[in-house]
Amino acid sequence: MGVTLTILSLIVLIPLTAVALKAAHQSPEAFWAAAFNDRSLAAYRLTFGAAFVAAAVNGVFGVLTAWALVRYEFPGKTIVNALVDLPFALPTAVAGIALATLYAPKGWVGQFLTPLGIKAAYNPIGVVIALTFIGLPFVVRTIEPVLRDAAEDVEEAAASLGADRLQTIARVVLPALAPAWLTGFAMAFARGVGEYGSVIFIAGNMPYKSEIAPLLIIIQLEQFEYERAATIAVVMLAVSFTMLLVINAIQVWSRRFD
Amino acid sequence: MSVARSHRRATDDPAWTKAVIIGVVMLFLALVLVLPLVAVFVEALRKGAGAALAAITNPDALAAVKLTLLTAVIAVPFNAVFGLCAAWAIAKHDFPGKAFLITLIDLPFSVSPVVAGLIYVLVFGLQGWFGEWLLDHDLKIIFAVPGIVLATIFVTFPFVARELIPLMQEQGTSEEEAAVSMGAGGLTTFWRVTAPNVRWGLLYGVLLCNARAMGEFGAVSVVSGHIRGLTNTMPLHVEILYNEYDFVGAFAVAALLCLLAVVTLVLKTALEVAQPGVRGRGGH
Repeated sequence: MGVTLTILSLIVLIPLTAVALKAAHQSPEAFWAAAFNDRSLAAYRLTFGAAFVAAAVNGVFGVLTAWALVRYEFPGKTIVNALVDLPFALPTAVAGIALATLYAPKGWVGQFLTPLGIKAAYNPIGVVIALTFIGLPFVVRTIEPVLRDAAEDVEEAAASLGADRLQTIARVVLPALAPAWLTGFAMAFARGVGEYGSVIFIAGNMPYKSEIAPLLIIIQLEQFEYERAATIAVVMLAVSFTMLLVINAIQVWSRRFD
Repeated sequence: MSVARSHRRATDDPAWTKAVIIGVVMLFLALVLVLPLVAVFVEALRKGAGAALAAITNPDALAAVKLTLLTAVIAVPFNAVFGLCAAWAIAKHDFPGKAFLITLIDLPFSVSPVVAGLIYVLVFGLQGWFGEWLLDHDLKIIFAVPGIVLATIFVTFPFVARELIPLMQEQGTSEEEAAVSMGAGGLTTFWRVTAPNVRWGLLYGVLLCNARAMGEFGAVSVVSGHIRGLTNTMPLHVEILYNEYDFVGAFAVAALLCLLAVVTLVLKTALEVAQPGVRGRGGH
C-alpha cells in the first residue's frame, strides 16, 4: 500500500502538479492570452473536432467489427481479431509515416483522392485518418465483451413476440450496447485528443490550419516558453480529466441496468 | 433435420446481411490497418534488401536499437513490480478511496504523451524545480537517458496494474487466507499463492507494456533532445530519417518496429487462446 502510493506520487502525481504550478506562475491575463489566442483556439478546434469525427467513424465501424467478431464465423477470424489490436502494438511514429505515405497526393490511396479534389494528407482530413487508426481498438474492445455477454434469448423473445430483425436490433440490441458504445467512443476521443506521434507526419502542421494542440506545446517548449507550454497543457489536462469523469459516470450509469 | 435447416434461429442474420457486414468490416480493416503495415515493408524494400539492411546496421540505428532495448529493460520490470504491488494492495485489501486510487493509476492513459514529457522537463529541466541542483551535481536527466526512461515509465504506468486488478479481485482472498491460517507470512503468501495465480495476466500486461515502451514517441520526443547515437530511440530515429527524406532508412527501421508489433500480437493471441481467462481486461 505504502509502496503503491509512494511510486504513484513520485512518478505521476507530483510531476503533474508541476504543470499546474508553472501555468499559475503568470498573471491571469498572460494565462488567458497563452491559453486562448487565435492560434491555440484553432489548434483546439482541430484537435477536438478531428478526435470527435474519428471517434464517430470508429463508433460505426467498431460496432460492425465487434458484431462480426462475436456473432459470425468466417475464415481468417483469428487473424482479424489479432489485427484489431495493431494500433495498440504498432509505434505511433510508424503508423504516422505509413499513413502519410499512403495518403500523400501520389501515394497508393492519395492518387485516387486527388482527381476527386480531396486532399487527405497535410490537411485536417489527414488528422482524422490518423486518429481513426489510433482509436479503432478502443471501440471494438469495449463493445465486444458486452455483446458476448448479451443474452441472445432476449433477442429471441423479441422475435417471438413478432419483432422483425431490424426492430430487434434497433429496440433491443443497440440500447443494451449504448453504455459500452459511449465508453468506447469517449476512450477513443480522449486518446485522439492527446495523440501526437501518428498525427504530426500526416497533418502538415500549418498554424491555424492543420496544427494540433500537443504540437503547440512542443513548439512553445522549443522556444523556451515554459509558462505558455504549461498553460496549453493545463487546458488539455482539464479536458482529459473531464473525459475521465465522463467515462466513469457512464460506467456508473450503465451499472443501473445490471 | 430438414425442419431445423429451413428455420434459421431468430438471432441469426440472413446470409446476405452477414456477407455485407463481413465485407464492409474486412474492407475497412484492410484500408485502415493492413494497408499501412504493408506500406512500411514495401517502402523499406524499395531499393532492395541491401539498402534496408544497411539502414538498420548503421551505427546510429544500432545505437537507437540499444537505447530502446535499455529503456524497455528498465521501464517494463519497474511497472511490472509496481503493477503487482498496486493490484495486490487494491484487490486484496479494503480501504476507503479505492475507486479513486484506481482512477489515479489509470491517469497516464488519459494524459497526452506530450504533456507526460513536459512534466518531467518542468521538474528536472534546467528551468525546473531541481534544475540547478542537478547542474551543480553534474547530473543530467532531461536530454539524457534517465529522462527517456522516466517518460516511458509514465506512459506505460497503468498497463500491468490494470490487467492484474480485476484478475486478483475475481480470485478473492480465500486462498491467501488459507495460506496465512497455515502459518505462511505475508511475503511467502504473496510469492507462493498470489503471484502464481496471476502469472498469465502478468505476462499479458507485460507484453502490452513492452510494446508501448519500445514504441513510445511523443513523451520521449519531448525529453530526449534528439542527439543522434546518444538519446535517440528507434521511433525518434525513424522521425529523423523521415524528415531528412531518407525514406528507405526510415521505413527500414520502422519495419523492425512493425516486426515487434506483429510478434506482440502473435504472442498476445497465443496467450488468449491458451488462457482464455486473461482476455479483454485492459481495454486502455
